[in-house]
Amino acid sequence: MTDPLTVKNLTVAYQKSPVLKDISFRVPEGKLIGIIGPNGAGKSTLIKAILELIPSITGEVEIFGDSYKNTRKRVGYVPQRESVDWDFPTDALDVVMMGRYGHLGWFKRPDKKDKAYALKCLQQVGMSQYANRQISQLSGGQQQRVFLARALAQDAELYFMDEPFVGVDAATEKAIITLLMKLKEQGKTVLVVHHDLNTVKEYFDWIMLLNVNLIGIGPTEELFTKEFLQKTYGGSLAMLDANSSPIIVSPR
Amino acid sequence: MNWISVFADPNTQWILFGSMLLGLSSGVIGCFAYLRKQSLMGDALSHAALPGVCLAYMVTGTKSIFFFLLGAILAGILATVSISYITRNTRIKQDSALGIILTVFFGVGIVLLTQIQHSHSGNQSGLDKFLFGHAASMIQQDVYTIAGISVVLVALCILFFKEFKLLSFDQGFAKGIGLPTILLDQFMMLLMVTAVVIGIQAVGVVLMAALLITPAVAARYWTEKLHVMVLVAGIFGAISGFVGTIASSMVNNLPTGPLIVLAATVLFIISVLFAPNRGIVAKAKLRGSVKSDFKTVAHQGVKEKSL
Repeated sequence: MTDPLTVKNLTVAYQKSPVLKDISFRVPEGKLIGIIGPNGAGKSTLIKAILELIPSITGEVEIFGDSYKNTRKRVGYVPQRESVDWDFPTDALDVVMMGRYGHLGWFKRPDKKDKAYALKCLQQVGMSQYANRQISQLSGGQQQRVFLARALAQDAELYFMDEPFVGVDAATEKAIITLLMKLKEQGKTVLVVHHDLNTVKEYFDWIMLLNVNLIGIGPTEELFTKEFLQKTYGGSLAMLDANSSPIIVSPR
Repeated sequence: MNWISVFADPNTQWILFGSMLLGLSSGVIGCFAYLRKQSLMGDALSHAALPGVCLAYMVTGTKSIFFFLLGAILAGILATVSISYITRNTRIKQDSALGIILTVFFGVGIVLLTQIQHSHSGNQSGLDKFLFGHAASMIQQDVYTIAGISVVLVALCILFFKEFKLLSFDQGFAKGIGLPTILLDQFMMLLMVTAVVIGIQAVGVVLMAALLITPAVAARYWTEKLHVMVLVAGIFGAISGFVGTIASSMVNNLPTGPLIVLAATVLFIISVLFAPNRGIVAKAKLRGSVKSDFKTVAHQGVKEKSL
């Protein structure tokens, strides 16, 4: 059985200093993994480099033991919500349908089956009553759910999600995490860029600590410790109490 | 000249037909440019087309749309490559880069155009109309070409509708599922340049950008569905082409381009004011009714309390 994701010696640089330096790791199947690290640590960059949205200087990425070019249909992607203009003339169902485009190929239009599939995905994120709502009239949390439903419509086995919990209310956060756990139970692998250290233990069974370099990747109970977190966040992390959740304070 | 004689003239009928198809295809293509926030790129491409077209004329000595297209495409590629080079390798932002490139190309174009007009090569009549357009100078052959290319442009937009839509909404996602976004991007540019070139005779390079963008912006007010927006923009473009051409043929020596653009702008103003939901009047009405509803509710509350 090949691993869903293997990354070898990945380095990415926009300017002279690298944003990601020599990252190598393997991800086993059926894990819900939180990618954690301070701002500018390269969390989103890592996802984008794996998906070849931005060029990398060196490195190899294997998805299910093959190049991404051949495994695209097995990969789902949820970009940051702010990456698109929500005033685009389209409705929620239509956005979700875009998740089917990768399976359709050139020129073919989505048919009834694709529509039914998209509706099912909207239902899974609790948004079926908003199917025909113009997307700018959805709240931030609802927009995030629509993006999630689009990724579900991709019917993938490996998912990348870029900050799905940013700017959503508690109810949406709960709905999203429930869905991610369900995906995990189905044997799918999900990588999530995550910011809130308070919920890490509750949400993820694996974490990846990133700050330009890969600090560590593995089971949460092994890595979510004071030592590792301080290594990741440098001087900006303060642990009030060993048992309570860590908080981040910016260095003055 | 009166209305009936204008419509009865077969030559005018042809020209009207050509302008309408031109408006239709530019409106359709303009939608994608507008939604991708590349409205200014349309402006840059149309201005960049001028030196390309002039060079094509100087080299070949003929006014063939095919060579014009070739020249305009080369100039358009040079312009877009320069713009992306400047934005990528300097601290200059895209709007400034567009401003620089657009004016440089247009300046070169004007120099070449003046050169051609002083060269007395005989065949240059009509070239001076490239700036603001003169639909009446189109002959039947031109209209055939314009109509043919317009139909191809619209057909391509229909064929690639799904891909163009995804590219316009979420380029990152499009790239992620394996669409060749860079290629599609250039393909869209090519369609825009082509629309500019076939519009040179009727509208002129200076104002061609308006025929690309204004109908699209106006159409956005009427609908929340992309395919309806594309259709409405096409219709708006066709109406603009029709009205502008008629108006210019009624009055002597009035250039067509500005009139077509004025017609498009009238449609735009009507859309901004009176479109359902998004229009200013509709929004004011909604706000008013919400306010009065709230007031009556508040009043009732006060009355109940005073009782």
